[in-house]
Formats: sequence, C-alpha cells, structure tokens
Amino acid sequence: MGYNIIDGVKYTKKHEWARQEGNEAVVGLSDYAQDKLGEIVFVELPDVGTEVEAGKGSAVIESVKAVADLYAPADGTITEVNEALLDQPEVINSDPYGEGWVYKMELKNESQMDELMDKPAYEKFVVEEDEK
Amino acid sequence: MRKSKALLFEMSRPGRRGYSLPSNDVPEKSLDELLPRKAQRSEPLELPELSEVGVVRHYTELSTRNFGVDTGFYPLGSCTMKYNPKINEEVAVLPGFAFMHPCQPEETTQGALELLYNFEQGLKELTAMDRFTMQPAAGAHGELTGLMVIQAYHRSRGDHNRNKVLIPLSAHGTNPATVSMAGYEVVQIPCDDRGLVDLDALKEAVDETTAALMLTNPSTLGLFEEEIIPMAKAVHEVGGLLYYDGANLNAIMGYTRPGDMGFDVVHLNIHKTLSTPHGGGGPGSGPVGVKERLIPFLPVPLVSKEEDRFYLDYDVPETIGKMHSFYGNFGVAIKAYTYMRMMGAEGLKEASTDAVINANYLMSLLKKTYYVPYDRICKHEFIVSAKPEKKKGAGAGDIAKALLDRNFHPPTVYFPLIVDEALMIEPNDTEAKETLDAFAATMEQIAKDIDEDAEKVAHGPYNTVVGRLDEVRAVRNPVLIWQKDKE
Repeated sequence: MGYNIIDGVKYTKKHEWARQEGNEAVVGLSDYAQDKLGEIVFVELPDVGTEVEAGKGSAVIESVKAVADLYAPADGTITEVNEALLDQPEVINSDPYGEGWVYKMELKNESQMDELMDKPAYEKFVVEEDEK
Repeated sequence: MRKSKALLFEMSRPGRRGYSLPSNDVPEKSLDELLPRKAQRSEPLELPELSEVGVVRHYTELSTRNFGVDTGFYPLGSCTMKYNPKINEEVAVLPGFAFMHPCQPEETTQGALELLYNFEQGLKELTAMDRFTMQPAAGAHGELTGLMVIQAYHRSRGDHNRNKVLIPLSAHGTNPATVSMAGYEVVQIPCDDRGLVDLDALKEAVDETTAALMLTNPSTLGLFEEEIIPMAKAVHEVGGLLYYDGANLNAIMGYTRPGDMGFDVVHLNIHKTLSTPHGGGGPGSGPVGVKERLIPFLPVPLVSKEEDRFYLDYDVPETIGKMHSFYGNFGVAIKAYTYMRMMGAEGLKEASTDAVINANYLMSLLKKTYYVPYDRICKHEFIVSAKPEKKKGAGAGDIAKALLDRNFHPPTVYFPLIVDEALMIEPNDTEAKETLDAFAATMEQIAKDIDEDAEKVAHGPYNTVVGRLDEVRAVRNPVLIWQKDKE
C-alpha cells in the first residue's frame, strides 16, 4: 500500500513526524499512522508549557479502532497546540502533514532531531513494518 | 433485512391505556394540600400511552434480537464467553439468599457467610493465594484494588519511589488504564518473535522504581509465558511485586497456579472462568487474592471463621478501606461457587483441557485459509491476522460484520494492538466440535467472498436489523435518549 511520505520532516519509529523550525519542532502523525489507526474521533492535547520527553506519551489519539499515544519525538516544552483538532480531529486523516499537525515544541536539544529518520530511511522502515 | 423497530414513544396514541385503577377507598385530597405549587409540574408528564399487549410485544420482539451464549457461538477473545449453567441461577434465587438483607445480624446470615468463606477456600486452592476479598465488582475494579494493595504495601515499608508498573504489549487491555488510575506510570515491555515477553527487555526495565509487573498468563496472544519463573525473579529481585490478571485463567485451571508461578496478587474474572453472566453492565465480580505478606492491606471486611462461627472481620490493620458497599456482588459469588462445586477439582481441570483443545483445533482449521502470525500450540485463544484480506479490500472489522450476517458473534477485533488487523478468537470449553467446524467453514466462505468481491464484504452486514453503522458519527455525536422536540 502506498503511503504519503514527504520530504522536509523527520520521522520516529512510532510514526510521528517532526519538522524543525529554528529551535522549535512541529509534530504530527505520519500518513502511515493515520491509515493504521483509521478514522480519528478524539484528540487529547497537552497543555502549553508541559515538558515532554523523547519516546514518552505526549498526546492521546483515539480512533474507532484504538486509543494510541502520540510519543514526543524529542525532549522539550510544548509551546502551541492545534486546538482546531478538538472539534475536527478528522483533519489528521485528511491532511496529516498540514492542517493535522498536533503541537509545536521548543527543542531542548536540537541534535536529537538528527537521530530521527529522513524520508528514504522511513520509507524503508514502513515497508519492513508492513511485511512483519 | 428486518425493519428497525419503532420506539414506545413513537407507538404512543393519546388515551390508550393498559391498566384501570380500582375505585378510591380513602378520602380524596387535592394536590395543593399535599404538595406546594412549586413542587408540582406545570403540565402533565408525557409518558407514552400504550396497551399492555403493545408493550409486551415490543419488549418480546426486542428480546429476540439479543445475541448471547444461549443463542449462539460467541468466540470473543479474552472474554471467555462460556455457557452459564442454569443451576447457578437456581441456587442464587433460593429464598434464603435472595431475600436476605446485608444489615441482618450475623447470627442470621451464617449460611451466606459460610458460602463466601468456602468460596474463598476454593479460589485459594485454584490460584495458590493466601487470602481473598470478594468486594471488587468486576475485573478492572479488581485490578485497581490489587494495585492499591501493592501501593499500600510499598508505602508501609517507607518505599516511596516506586512509581512505575511494567506491562507487556500482549497485556489485557484494561491494565494500562488501571495503572494510570492508580497513579502509576506505564512502562511497556516488548514481545519477542515468539510473541512472549522479551525477558532481556524486562530485566533491563526493572529497577528500584518498579512497583509491579502486571501480567496475563497465558497472554492475550493465547501463549503461555514459559519464562515466568525468571521473569518473577527479575521483578522480585528489585523489590517489585507481580500482579496476575486472571482474564485468561480458563486455560490453566488445575494445571498450574499463579501463586506457584511467583505472583503476589491476582484478580479473577469469575464472569469468565467461573461461568457467571457476562456483559450488559453487570453485575460482575472480580475477587482479588494475595499472598500472606499483603493480607494486612486487603479491603474490609474479610470473612473469617472462629470455631463454628463465621463473621465479618474488620481486623485488617493497614486496610486500603472499602472497595464496594457491603461485601461485593454476593449473588455472583453464589453462582460461581455453585459452578465450582458442580464441576469439582477434576471438572475444572477438564474445562481448561477442553478450552485449550478447542482453541488448537479451531486454529488448525482456520490456518488453512487465514494467516496465523504466532503459529505455535496455543492455550485457550489464538490470533488470526486479516492483513492479507485487508490488502484485498476487506479487513478484520469487515470479517466481523460478515460473521454477524451468518449468525455468529464475531471474535474480538483490532486487539491485541501488536498484531495488524487482529482477530482474537477464543472458542472456550463449552462448545462442541460441530460448532467449531461450522464456524471454520463460515470463515472459509467469507475468505472466498473477499476473493470474489471484497467491496461487497466491506459494506456488510446485510441480514441484520441494521446495516453498516456510521461508527465515527456514533462516537462524535452520540444520541443516547429520545427527545420529543428532536423528532
């Protein structure tokens, strides 16, 4: 199955994407993740100012199939959340890399972004996941 | 397709009645004498107006739409939907039990206390625990009770830094929620290629912040955790405790016991393993058993015996308090105790044998058509992945709907989360070979239907009272009550 994997963002093994903007990162769910979850019905956002830790749950995404944590891609502090998702969580399905962004965070350590996967690495990772 | 039924409110006709009141034999008083104006309705309550036969037909028709263990095969994974023998119900409604009041003096309730006491002895033998509380009203309630007992134990030792509970990815679904509710942090432990808990990952995860490991054995993959002894050792060595989720106890009765595996706390879902009614909001029952060192923290009261007298024992020094009013759902305990005594020790062991044989037989049949990701001898349940079918256009959820069309209750779908397009199938001990054969043949037919016209399967069901429901809208905009103005 073809998934939309875009350039210009980094990906985690848990299928979040993060786009660095200065010392901040915009974070969301990859197209693969939204496809696996199915129709998203509810999003629980963190409070601005919350400190998050790489690999730890930072938001909750609920679909008709399952409730999943969105894991923080790096250490840092939440600076802005996408409140539009509270009313229209389904935009994560329709536009995961655009209107479906979940939160922005200030990066504690920018070098952590280098540890995430780029497009070619993530493409390979998704193929492997799908074959499992 | 049968038509959707009109609601009582929609069937209402002005003036229609199903009763007539006898003539009044006391002096009549005006409403104003009895109630102040502000407490009176300004307009009459608009109850639906129907005849008696209209109401009876309505509810009788609705009752025929129920699907339960008494009407058909119900292979809902992790739920152990076994047949509930009718004798359980007969014993529970014996007048001595049914008309008892929980506040009666103890000397008049000796029989009931004796039953609770004896039931506890049976559960102790089944699980190798030292004491049980019957208070929790369900499995998840038992989980919370168990974790609170664990918390109280650690605190009593001045051990305040234990803030994490380890849970494998193959855990029972309610565990992570319970951990959060008890104020702990969840640490997920991965599974290895065999589907078993990754022992090395577990050893790496345990430390002095570990409060407990919560484990279901066999797991939700239907696999027995063979390395449970070294797992228990790893957790105990750092001072953590082991919690046994009894969701899958039906697979091991009489073969092995949680207490012998190293567990310190267990909860039992007696509505699963011990054949009490299941679902529909209860009442349920989730007794919690503990090893000796945790007894001082159990909820009060316990049922104790002194010579020939049974009594409610409040002498539990460091109790976590009460988890339920009175003594839990007593009626459910009666049913489970009846089942235990009717089956006997050998019978319970045979139930586990049959549950495991049924699951393996059904897996061997389904393997011919479907992909079984953990293809090894299973316990009471197994997982099929509909990933290949999903690629053709109809996944696990669509197969579930297709089963509804053919009068089978579907298995659990999309759980456990570690298997894509999971169908979690638990045939349980009370089903005959013919039923399993029929289910397997139906599953095979559905696979053929998907090959021929996946699109059609993806839009089912077709023969049920209602067709494919809009699940997204149901979650986002639930309409739970009828409102006149929104007609």
